[in-house]
Amino acid sequence: MGFLHEFLQQMVNGISLGSIYALLALGYTMVYGIVKLINFAHGDILMLGAFGGFFVLAAYGVTPLTFILALLVGMLVCATVGIVIEKTCYKPLRSAPRINALITAIGVSIFIENGARVVKAIGPNPKQFPTFKTVNFPIGDINISQIQIIVFVVSILLMFLLTYIVNYTKLGKAMRAVSFDRQAAYLMGINVDWIISFTFALGSALAAAAGILFASAYPQVEPYMGIIPGLKAFVAAVLGGIGSIPGAMVGGFIMGIAETLTKGFISSQLADAIAFGILILILVVKPSGILGKNVSEKV
Amino acid sequence: MLKVRGLNVYYGNIHALHDCSFEVNEGEIVTLIGANGAGKTTTLHSVSGLIPIHSGEIEFLGKSLREVPANKIVEMGLAQVPEGRRIFANLTVMENLEMGAYIRRDKQGVKQDYEMIFAKFPRLKERYRQVAGTLSGGEQQMLAMARTLMSRPKLMLLDEPSMGLAPLLVKEIFTIIQEINRTGTTILLVEQNANMALAIANRAYVLETGKIVSSGDAKELAASEAVRKAYLGG
Ligand SMILES: Nc1ncnc2c1ncn2[C@@H]1O[C@H](COP(=O)(O)OP(=O)(O)OP(=O)(O)O)[C@@H](O)[C@H]1O
Ligand SMILES: [Mg+2]
Repeated sequence: MGFLHEFLQQMVNGISLGSIYALLALGYTMVYGIVKLINFAHGDILMLGAFGGFFVLAAYGVTPLTFILALLVGMLVCATVGIVIEKTCYKPLRSAPRINALITAIGVSIFIENGARVVKAIGPNPKQFPTFKTVNFPIGDINISQIQIIVFVVSILLMFLLTYIVNYTKLGKAMRAVSFDRQAAYLMGINVDWIISFTFALGSALAAAAGILFASAYPQVEPYMGIIPGLKAFVAAVLGGIGSIPGAMVGGFIMGIAETLTKGFISSQLADAIAFGILILILVVKPSGILGKNVSEKV
Repeated sequence: MLKVRGLNVYYGNIHALHDCSFEVNEGEIVTLIGANGAGKTTTLHSVSGLIPIHSGEIEFLGKSLREVPANKIVEMGLAQVPEGRRIFANLTVMENLEMGAYIRRDKQGVKQDYEMIFAKFPRLKERYRQVAGTLSGGEQQMLAMARTLMSRPKLMLLDEPSMGLAPLLVKEIFTIIQEINRTGTTILLVEQNANMALAIANRAYVLETGKIVSSGDAKELAASEAVRKAYLGG
């Protein structure tokens, strides 16, 4: 019974953590799909989102309503930041070699992290994130916490919303069109700049939500908090097949589950090494990622 | 309707178009013929605003297009069916048509146009939920044309619509082009298949390594010795 119990418990933990990685991975994959850029500043957007939520929750206390407000504020702020970063840093480099934009993305990441350290309201020291009281719902031997449920439900709702936008709205269809063939999209009269901005806004809003959920589950916020989740979500996106939206979701859950299972059964210290080992293994077997195709179904 | 004067285009150091001048009048079918690499696609790309022009003037309905972004040019009523179809292979047939109608705000009119398109291209109607990448070459060309028609262009540029199609299908495509023209859309047709293009066009321009070397009435050009030798196989 011991093994099965531990396994199920770690699956629960992994699914919850994985849904955060999935939200974050979506931003990487959408931005890559549309401008072929790995946005290394994406993890830092998660941090900004978490702080956005922090200010709301610190000011108004933690209730379901303020939590929703925190999510909305964080997502709105980060959507704006995402658009500003794209317009000021990436757009001027659109016709430059790709490596230039990549280096710029690393620069943007460092700028945001250090900028956050300097800004008085954020500062270099970790802060306690106001979160819900720990309430556990035991199901048999397994414990599911209230936070895990919130994380999972909010993530799934956002993923449904995103899937709906991408598949059924005019803007979503235009996103897929632009990511498939930008020039042809221009020839349809699609305002490509606008669609690219919209994509950054969507991805950044999801990162903000991921940040607030992450901080609610691991209640601490600081300027570098986005780096490790960012890295793991990037791996998740590659794992799922970069450019593929379902791939990012699947990849996120796999990363989360792999991480918690390793922690539970092998060793906490090795968790990251093994998670990345899985990545290497999958990419050796299928270089385009689990759901990655070589040409079609980008975004 | 479209006036191009002294157009020069460079790709880096390559001088792709030399002082090209031509015009298309309302209601016409004008064809631009020339061999591989003559600069036909470059010409259409310049008109559609996809590539920067070095010098010269492009005027559509009396307005200069030089500073107009590509997507706004479509809104002005100048749309293109690009070379190689360039349909959105990851979208369904219907979604491709919706993208063609992207600039439209009149929902009712768009609905009517879908019906009109499906009447004109019954094969697209049968396959409207199919992912466009799975269509045959001929169907993809029809979709590319249908998609562009959805913006209700006043002037339609077509870049080698016959490329890679069987002769029977080429005939069908050219008949459709004539029909489109008859219902009020002006056509600028780029072709390597000079025979067919000259047969349906009112006027023609011949492009050779970036220069327009002759122009005139399509029937006269088709009969002229030089054009027959170079483009019509003797
Ligand atoms: N993006 C580019 N960069 C550099 N040179 C280019 C580019 N596009 C076209 N060219 C060059 O410009 C010239 C004209 O090319 P263009 O594609 O306009 O020819 P075309 O008449 O359309 O040929 P085809 O019938 O093969 O389509 C060619 O010499 C081509 O090599
Ligand atoms: Mg060409």
